[in-house]
Amino acid sequence: MPNRDLVRLSQVNVRFGQDRVLNNINLNLHDNCITTLIGPNGAGKTTLVKVILGLVQPNNGNIWRESGLRIGYMPQKLHIDRTLPLTVARFMRTPTRVPVAAMREALAAVGAGHLLDKSIHDLSGGETQRVLLARALLRDPQLLVLDEPVQGVDLNGQIELYRLITSIREQRHCGVLMISHDLHLVMASTDHVVCLNHHVCCSGHPEAVSNDPSFLELFGPAQASTLALYNHHHNHRHDIHGDVITDQPQPDCCSGH
Amino acid sequence: MDQFLLLALTGGVGIAAVAGPLGSFVVWRRMAYFGDTLAHSALLGIALGFLFDINLNLAVVACCVLLALLLVSLQRQHLVATDTLLGIMAHSSLSLGLVTVSLLDSVRIDLMEYLFGDLLAISPEDLYWIYGGGLLVLLLLWRLWDQLLAITINEELARVEGVPATWVRLALMLLIATVIAVAMKLVGILLITSLLVIPAAAARRLSHTPEQMAVYASLLGMLAVVGGISASWYWDTPAGPSVVVCSLLEFLLLYTAPAKLRSR
Repeated sequence: MPNRDLVRLSQVNVRFGQDRVLNNINLNLHDNCITTLIGPNGAGKTTLVKVILGLVQPNNGNIWRESGLRIGYMPQKLHIDRTLPLTVARFMRTPTRVPVAAMREALAAVGAGHLLDKSIHDLSGGETQRVLLARALLRDPQLLVLDEPVQGVDLNGQIELYRLITSIREQRHCGVLMISHDLHLVMASTDHVVCLNHHVCCSGHPEAVSNDPSFLELFGPAQASTLALYNHHHNHRHDIHGDVITDQPQPDCCSGH
Repeated sequence: MDQFLLLALTGGVGIAAVAGPLGSFVVWRRMAYFGDTLAHSALLGIALGFLFDINLNLAVVACCVLLALLLVSLQRQHLVATDTLLGIMAHSSLSLGLVTVSLLDSVRIDLMEYLFGDLLAISPEDLYWIYGGGLLVLLLLWRLWDQLLAITINEELARVEGVPATWVRLALMLLIATVIAVAMKLVGILLITSLLVIPAAAARRLSHTPEQMAVYASLLGMLAVVGGISASWYWDTPAGPSVVVCSLLEFLLLYTAPAKLRSR
């Protein structure tokens, strides 16, 4: 079954003053497909996510979103002042009121059913991430956008969270876009990887990206070595400006999982 | 009971009721300095009110609202850090107000009354302002409550979910400006922020939800007003500062109370 496009970015550029944060980004997101955005700190990953969410307007380029697209967003971190008394339940039904049963169901789906009446300030890192994920699921999203979903979670918790995200995709057939630092861990649970350093360096199947010279250059041999299990092949060309001519994620690369 | 005492109690309790939920937002969003800045500009409003011979309450409300709008637009330009900007505006507007007052030959203004408030000088007309303005503020706050809470929890999340964050934030600033302008009569320019912040901070000790905190802040504020006016009546202490001291006592009591009496 061919996948539907949910979001299409073409030639998107973002500048903050003199800084060219994003250059000529072309990216398509599909339903039933997990796309992972990787890249070093300050590469513009979060900015790209904000462009997709409509929080940052690009200086030029086009964004197309499927009309009426429901996005479930899980921000990188919650900074809630301790002076704000807030239970998980109150957090989940702000600003849109939802029935308690729906909240219980969403929390149960991420294995956090017991947290409903807890104070949000008493949650551990992993519990906070699960609550954020459950809140995003409440909107029955067609596209789930996760900004570093495993931040502040120990290694076992990380693996579990990625498994959870994979199973959510399998059940709901929604599109998923997530940011990650660590390709090694997400490899198994992603269909498509986009390696970003202000421009799209390389993109494609996780295996292909992990062997790409531009990926090795970005992350250095230390991290790359754990991934370089496959034969090297150069899968993209640079145009005359030095920008990469990207291979667009094709709908078929996501199906069959 | 003397009529002026009744007026003072009625006015003070009304202001405390409105200050509770708004003060909670001031605490949650760390806007105490913003409140202070608006309060300082109120004196400029008074001076301009005398200068152009318009209703003083109206002049103060207009001045606070204009300053809030100016602040929002300057903040967006990122010329200087926000707290520096607030510092510049707070003390410049206070000084401008003082200079303007000194240039007005025709009127003699009791500065102490505006700096520290004169609760016992509330007129029946002030009560209309307090209760009319207060009801309007509470009504708007009730309508915007969930959206305000959403941008306080996480502004980006709120925006993705369709909350018009810029407008909601602006509305909150204008509501705070209105309350400060109206409440200035009670405790004065220099003490007004304390009426917003101290009861709300004390109420945190008793609350599990934002709504509880807002209601407790109102109740604690009302109690402080009654306590302060009583002290003023029996011991002839200045009314405004007495109210602030009362709310400080509430705060200290709640923060030193045994843990089982309060929630986390």
